Order: sequence, then C-alpha cells, then structure tokens
Amino acid sequence: MITLLSTWTFGLALALVALGVFVSYRLFSFPDITTDGSFTLGAVVTAVLLTAGVDPLLATLGGMASGGLAGCTTALLHAFLGIERLLAGILVTTALASVNLVVLGRSNVPLSGVHTLLDRAETLLGLPLERAGLSAAVAGEAAQLVFMLIVVGFAVTALWVFFRTQLGTAMRAGGDTATMARALGRDTGGMTLAGLAIANSLTALSGGLVAQYQGFADVQMGIGMVVWGMASVFLGAALVGPARLGGALVATAAGSVTFRLLVAAALRAGLDPDWLKAATAAVVLAALVAPRFLSRGSHARTH
Amino acid sequence: MLELTDAVVSFSSPGGPVVRAVDGVSLTLPAGSFVVVIGTNGSGKSTLLGSIAGTVRLDGGSLRLAGHDITRWREHQRAKLVGRVFQDPRAGTASSLTVLENIAVAACRGRHAGLRWATGRQLREEAARRLAAIVPGLETRLDQPIGSLSGGQRQIVTLVMATWQRPELLLLDEHTAALDPAAADRVIQATARIIREQGLTALMVTHSLAQAAALGDRLLLIHRGRIALDVQGAAKRRLTADDLADRFDALRRGDQLDDAAARTLAEAYV
Repeated sequence: MITLLSTWTFGLALALVALGVFVSYRLFSFPDITTDGSFTLGAVVTAVLLTAGVDPLLATLGGMASGGLAGCTTALLHAFLGIERLLAGILVTTALASVNLVVLGRSNVPLSGVHTLLDRAETLLGLPLERAGLSAAVAGEAAQLVFMLIVVGFAVTALWVFFRTQLGTAMRAGGDTATMARALGRDTGGMTLAGLAIANSLTALSGGLVAQYQGFADVQMGIGMVVWGMASVFLGAALVGPARLGGALVATAAGSVTFRLLVAAALRAGLDPDWLKAATAAVVLAALVAPRFLSRGSHARTH
Repeated sequence: MLELTDAVVSFSSPGGPVVRAVDGVSLTLPAGSFVVVIGTNGSGKSTLLGSIAGTVRLDGGSLRLAGHDITRWREHQRAKLVGRVFQDPRAGTASSLTVLENIAVAACRGRHAGLRWATGRQLREEAARRLAAIVPGLETRLDQPIGSLSGGQRQIVTLVMATWQRPELLLLDEHTAALDPAAADRVIQATARIIREQGLTALMVTHSLAQAAALGDRLLLIHRGRIALDVQGAAKRRLTADDLADRFDALRRGDQLDDAAARTLAEAYV
C-alpha cells in the first residue's frame, strides 16, 4: 500500500518535469536539454537553503527560481546569440554540472533532520487522514500524495489559465509558427525566453520537491530528466488522443504517473534498475518513430 | 503613405559575385493605393516586399510609412503598421491553435499582449460577424484548429487577421500561388473586397497576369532588382493580361534587355 502510494507521489512530483517539457517541447518545439541541469539545480538550491535554515516554502520557491534563470540562459544563447537549440541546452547543462557541485559543496547532501515542505504537509494533512481511519504510516504517506496532487493541480490550472490569456495565446502561436507571430508584432525571442523560464521553473520545482521527498539532494539526480519528461508527454498524449490545451496538460501529468507505475511494475517484474534510463530512452524513441509507421495521414494534434 | 527611397539589398555568395536583388528602387505609394507587383523568378520582387516587411535588411536607402521612419525597425515592430499574408497558408496561421485563438493573436497586433483572457465573448461575436460577411459558414468553425481548414479558407482567415486592425499597409506575397484556381479566385475576391471596404494601402505580389491586369490601380514590373515598368491610372485600367504576357516574353527573350533599354521602354509604354 505504502509502496503504491509512494509510486504515485513520485510520479506526481515528476509530472512537473513533464509539464515543463510539455511547455518547451510541445508548445515551443524546443527540445530543452537544460531540463537535466535545472532539475538538479532546483534540488541543490532547495537543499542548501533548507540546511541553512530557510523556511521550506521559501527554499522550494528559491530552487524554482534558479531553474527559471537556467531556462532564461538557454533561451538567451539561442534567441540572441544564435546558438542552436540543442547545443544551447547542452552548454547550459554542462555548466550547471559545475554550478550544482559548487553550490552543494559535495556530490550528495542528506536532508534528514531538516524540516521540509513535505514534513509540513504531513503535519497539516496527515492528522485529518488519520482521523478518517488510516494508520499513522499510511496517513503520512497519503498526506504527501495529497500535497503533490495539490501542487500538480495548481500547476496544471495555472498553465491552462496563462496559456489562454492574450500573452499566453501569443506565446503558443509563436511556438507553433514563428513567422505568423512576428508578422503580428510578437517578439519571438522574448517569448522563447519566457517559455523556457516557465518550463525550467517547473522542472526545478520538481527537483526541489523530489529532494525533499526522498530526503537527499544528489548532483546526479537530473540525468535523463528531459527524456523522462518526453516519455510522459508522449504517454499522456497516447492515453487521451488529440486534445485541446487543458486536456493535453492533464494528460501530461497523468502520463508521468502512468509511466512511473509502469516503471515500478517493470522493476517488480525483475528489470535491472541499471537499465531504467535505457528503457526510458527506448520508450521515447518508439513514441517518436511509431507515428511514421502507424499512419500515413497526419493527425492534427492540438493543444 | 509608403516612401521607399533608393532601396538597395545585396546578397553575396562565398566566392561569388555580389548580386543586387534590389538595386536602387524608389517608390511612393499614396495612402489608399493598391499596387500589383509582378516579375519573373529572381527578379527581386519578393526581396523588395521582404525589405518592406522587415524580413530582409536594407543595405542602403530608407523607408517611411505613415509618417514613421521604419528603416531600422525590426520585423515584429513593423507589424504595428503592416499586415501581411504569405504564400504558404501555414506561415500566416498557427496550425494547432483554433481559428478564434489565431484571430485573438491578430487582435493584439501592435498592442501589448497582457494577461487578459484571449478569447472573450466580444471577440467571438466580432470574429463570427467578420468571417460570415466574407465566407458564410466559416463562422461555425471558430473552435476548430485552423490546421483543419482548407488552404483557401486559411488564406481568407489570414486576410481577416492581417486587417483585423486596419493596417497602414497590407502586404500580400503571392498569397494565392499555393491554391487551386477556384480557391485562388475566392481569395482574390475577398482580398479586393477587404481592400476596397477598408480603403487600404496595399502591395500585392502575384504570379498571375490575369490578377495583375484585373486588380489594383497601379502595376509595377520588377526586373533585375529595378522597376522596369510602372503603369498607373487610365493606362493601368486599359492594361490586359495579353499586354503583360507580351512584356514578359520580351524580358525572357533576351535577358539581354539591359536596364537602360528597359527604362526607355517603360517610358514609351506609359
């Protein structure tokens, strides 16, 4: 029971990465490698702030903001210095590997004994759940799950609302067809900047929450995150089919949880954890290639 | 009013010669004039249009529009004054967004796009009204992805978008070239109507000599980056597609028709 709850909680925490990748990759057609670096950055900054005694909420928001800055850097390299998208992300992520190590001071910092945002959620939400009849251990785990649900629900709603405003709609238009957006007076460089800032803030928030959930921050923890996000986006899209913006956002979050459940099932069935990242990459490859074999016609997917 | 003065655009390929795609063109379009631009492939007509839209940088000369010196304005800044329709229907619209969302972006052209709801009821009603006035039935498709519309329908929506807020200049870059003849005809009807109703200043590049003869109140023939022929007023009204075909043949027969001769011919023609 607790393992299942924990799988859900983890899947929801990583859904924020998936949402970030949805913004950068789906809305802006930007395969953003920065994701790997900003996930770790979010975790590292949050962990360092927490151990320094900063309030958990502020520490988490600080981690989130650091990811936004990383995203801005990649966008600046691309939009204003003309560096190719993939290369811009690779450069920033490589530089972040050093930054993360320096900020954290060593390769791994435990958060045991530090009051985290998830501890706070457990205190706030755990008691009502216990009164509702759950055992203390299950109630604690369930409280963290409910907290993640609230965070992801808030993120989905905020993205949905923002991308339906005038600014958000113009940003989606620019990500879809840059010529059109420029012809209608939108500065596509500035939009890419805002888009990657949003995407990497979400990713870094995820990193900060995962560090608090698992009780440590590690400079390696971001490796493969962009591929994880893509897998979740594709899986979500496969679950719901063509959907508008709101549906696609919910599907992306659901894709992350589903993928996490599949991974848990595969591990239980005997998959060597060492092969996890390779398996994730294979899923993304399959999702990229499958449409070419499945249908000749073009499915207009909308968001 | 558009004033292009001594415009020069040069391209150079590594090791190759420098080509002047636009070679000292001066052009004044009074407000409300509808100019049709024709020319062979590589004549420089698209570069000329691009230099006005801001996609191509002028290497020399200046550009004024509606009282602003826009020579140094970037493409998205010029969009405050300029509405555009492209040859490729996919270039002028965002495929994955709905028709109404596309229009919502156009409604903010040249304005600050803020955190207000993009597709409110007022915009929806106005969009339905404007689309229905041009193509009855199109207003029922506001909530469909614009990618699901036919090329002709998309070009008509793009026209409506480009003129949603009255532009100081409407640039049409062979906007019917990618369409079948029936759709091209519908788009041209819509174009002529919108330009007439709004009294727009418009510059239309076309490959169709029939369109060039039938539309507009002035015709420019661009050849080797220069204006080889400029027909206005009564002479433009008398001009037929056959006349233009003859002119094109003459140009093709000798690309030897040198600039001076072309000018002489142009003067004789007018």
